[in-house]
Amino acid sequence: MENTYAIQMKHVTKRFGKVVANDDVSLDIKRGEILSLLGENGSGKTTLMNMLAGIYFPDEVEILVNGTPVTIASPKDAFACGIGMIHQHFKLVDIFTAAENIVLGLHEEGKLDLKAVSARITDICQRYGFVIDPNKKVYNMSVSEKQTVEIVKVLYRGADILILDEPTAVLTPQETDRLFDVMRNMKADGKAMVIITHKLNEVMEVSDRVAVLRKGRYIGDVATADTNPQKLTDMMVGHAVTLNIDRPLVEKRHLRLEVRDLTVRTGEGVKALDGVSFQAFGGEILGIAGISGSGQKELLESIAGLRAAEPGSHVIYHPPAPDEPIAGQHVPVDRAGEELLGKTPRQIHSIGVSMAFVPEDRLGMGLVGTMGMTDNMMLKTYRSGAGPLLDRKSPRELAQRVKDELDVLTPSLNTPVRRLSGGNVQKVLVGREIAQEPSVLMTAYAVRGLDINTSYTIYNLLTAEKCKGVAVIYVGEDLDVLLELCDRILVLCGGQVSGVVDARTTTKEEVGLLMTKFRKEASQA
Amino acid sequence: MSDQIIRLLQSSICFGTVIMYGAMGEILTEKSGNLNLGVPGIMYLGGISGLAASFFYEFNNPDPSRLVCLVISFLAAFGAAALGGLLYSFLTITLRANQNVTGLTLTIFGGGVANFFGGALNTMAGGVGQISVAATSAAYRATIPGLSGLGLVGKLFFSYGFMVYLAIVLAVVMHWYLSRTRTGLNLRAVGENPATADAAGINVTRNKYLATCLGAGISGLGGLYYTMDYIKGTWGSDGTIESLGWLAVALVIFAMWRPINAIWGSYLFGLLFWVYLVIPGLARKDIELFKMLPYLVTIAVLIVISLRKKRENQPPASLGLPYFREDR
Repeated sequence: MENTYAIQMKHVTKRFGKVVANDDVSLDIKRGEILSLLGENGSGKTTLMNMLAGIYFPDEVEILVNGTPVTIASPKDAFACGIGMIHQHFKLVDIFTAAENIVLGLHEEGKLDLKAVSARITDICQRYGFVIDPNKKVYNMSVSEKQTVEIVKVLYRGADILILDEPTAVLTPQETDRLFDVMRNMKADGKAMVIITHKLNEVMEVSDRVAVLRKGRYIGDVATADTNPQKLTDMMVGHAVTLNIDRPLVEKRHLRLEVRDLTVRTGEGVKALDGVSFQAFGGEILGIAGISGSGQKELLESIAGLRAAEPGSHVIYHPPAPDEPIAGQHVPVDRAGEELLGKTPRQIHSIGVSMAFVPEDRLGMGLVGTMGMTDNMMLKTYRSGAGPLLDRKSPRELAQRVKDELDVLTPSLNTPVRRLSGGNVQKVLVGREIAQEPSVLMTAYAVRGLDINTSYTIYNLLTAEKCKGVAVIYVGEDLDVLLELCDRILVLCGGQVSGVVDARTTTKEEVGLLMTKFRKEASQA
Repeated sequence: MSDQIIRLLQSSICFGTVIMYGAMGEILTEKSGNLNLGVPGIMYLGGISGLAASFFYEFNNPDPSRLVCLVISFLAAFGAAALGGLLYSFLTITLRANQNVTGLTLTIFGGGVANFFGGALNTMAGGVGQISVAATSAAYRATIPGLSGLGLVGKLFFSYGFMVYLAIVLAVVMHWYLSRTRTGLNLRAVGENPATADAAGINVTRNKYLATCLGAGISGLGGLYYTMDYIKGTWGSDGTIESLGWLAVALVIFAMWRPINAIWGSYLFGLLFWVYLVIPGLARKDIELFKMLPYLVTIAVLIVISLRKKRENQPPASLGLPYFREDR
């Protein structure tokens, strides 16, 4: 019977200063099984798994691997126990090849023979159905290739317990399917797997058992076959929640933003956007779908004035009419429409075009990691008010309001946001942008890495903005959400618009195909 | 080939050797992600320690053995410089102090210590108030018998002390180590992405300490070569070592963090520095302008590699950043 459990964790407690990340958690991982670890942001899933991988050292713990008690004090110890973790942020050296990354840190006999390494890598790939070029440099790889390298890396080390931290967050639906196939192959091979994900449909699809954490505590586990998304969400949140996005149709839709032939080049001269044209209406959520790096970032940045466009591009802003509820909150502009290109980001922002971009590392744009919530709110308001002294009161009130409304978990308003968990950082960012009461609200990856409950909070906020008459542009990754939340979806592929579809009638497959329509041409460019 | 040209090439190689040691040590250090701006101070420490060690030995032995002279000065220089690196490592790795500030402080510290004891040694030496360790210097400057007399070839390639050749050997070994060995790969990973290296089971702290201390030791040999060979076993408080130390830092950038490039790069710097010797009719102020050439070339190289944006030519990605595993 001791063979059925790959890992038993008993009474794990981990504190970061005053914050208790894991509180007396006990978890079993079985062989030949895929276990989903569910929980809201900051519920301590990643922390718990990091302790198995030797990244964090627990304050109190008892860990049994294959029935034997072990101490995991470093990643090396974890490898020795056969535990391998694929982190959410890939741990790869960009300028190394796949093979170099894979042998990194290994103490094998003899001299470094990359040819032999490549042969072994090809071997592993064939066994589980991966495709990978051992001599390709990591900086030339797509996200999914990088992830493959990560998985091969732990398999190369002979891991038979794999932990995947949000592996699908950055993959297309097709890539996700391929990953799940590989996972099933590994399961058939007798490996134990833990997958951390927020996407309940994936939990239902791939896992055998689900364990739930809430606020650092272990809530319980259920067999996937005996549960459903609604029950899981209730377990995670601790009370019943509704999982439907309310999508009212706003009758009066006014043209707000008109993009014509927008062409943008990157620093290397490659066209990041190529003749993009579309219209965004007030009272509508326009979804933007596409594989990451298809020009989403460049599109939002050029509208916000952060990036120069090629001559011949136009972004025309049409201000709200006086009878609209959101009229008159911003700098008045020409009724006939005003060109935004050529204006400074500050001018564009003061007109009422606001952007909340959540990059992969979450802190890269918009927030200063070492400053607290109050100071981060002040970044947008410090120019207002008379006199040379800062007005700290209203930003503090705003911060308090965002904290309460979005339920941001932070020890205090002045705790550096860098110390908050990823999801909480995002709530601060999105909350601040919505508080600006814009007439065009652009968000990119607003729910990246957010748990289900918080995600729905954000969806509802965006829908509320839409009903007020704001034109919402939502760049997203999760197709299921795009289909449920948006009114129309624009699909970008290699910097071009490959289609605009009605979100109410389209299918996931149609959007998925549009996402890869010109993929071959793009990779050759 | 005229004597003038030969002399220029010889001076270039001697000059280049000083900064090549400094640069190679710094390359090793920077590969671990530590930006040690204390190179000038470390070269000072190496120079003064080697000089002091051999001085006390020569002073107390009427008939000093050349081999002993060589060994104790070499070990003293390497050891003192490595201790400088250890101090830097402790401050930046263990206490996570700011690397730039620590490095600059080390430069000031090294210069101060060296010139203080250099002055003291000059006084102790008595006489004209100029220290001279003739026996040690002779050992450092000894050429291979027979080979240096081979006409042009002998003059160009075999007229130097052993440290010129040691520098080249060291560069080749370091290149091989960094690109072909497991531990070299691990070290580079530490400098590129310590979190990745850590997750791969590499001891980041140990790698950083070792690379920084060894690197400092190698840099210190530059100071040793300068005092023993370049200025023939004397001490000058004119600040030359400091300016050479900065040139070594510039050479690291010029060489794009590759030891092999440091070989020809250092000789090129030497050539540019001394090229005024063969240009007739230069006034003193013109000479100083010519001495700027190595720096100008470094700036040009920086511009070119920044424009080309080739990932392999960039500094180690985590250069200058402290690493703490549980930081978030």
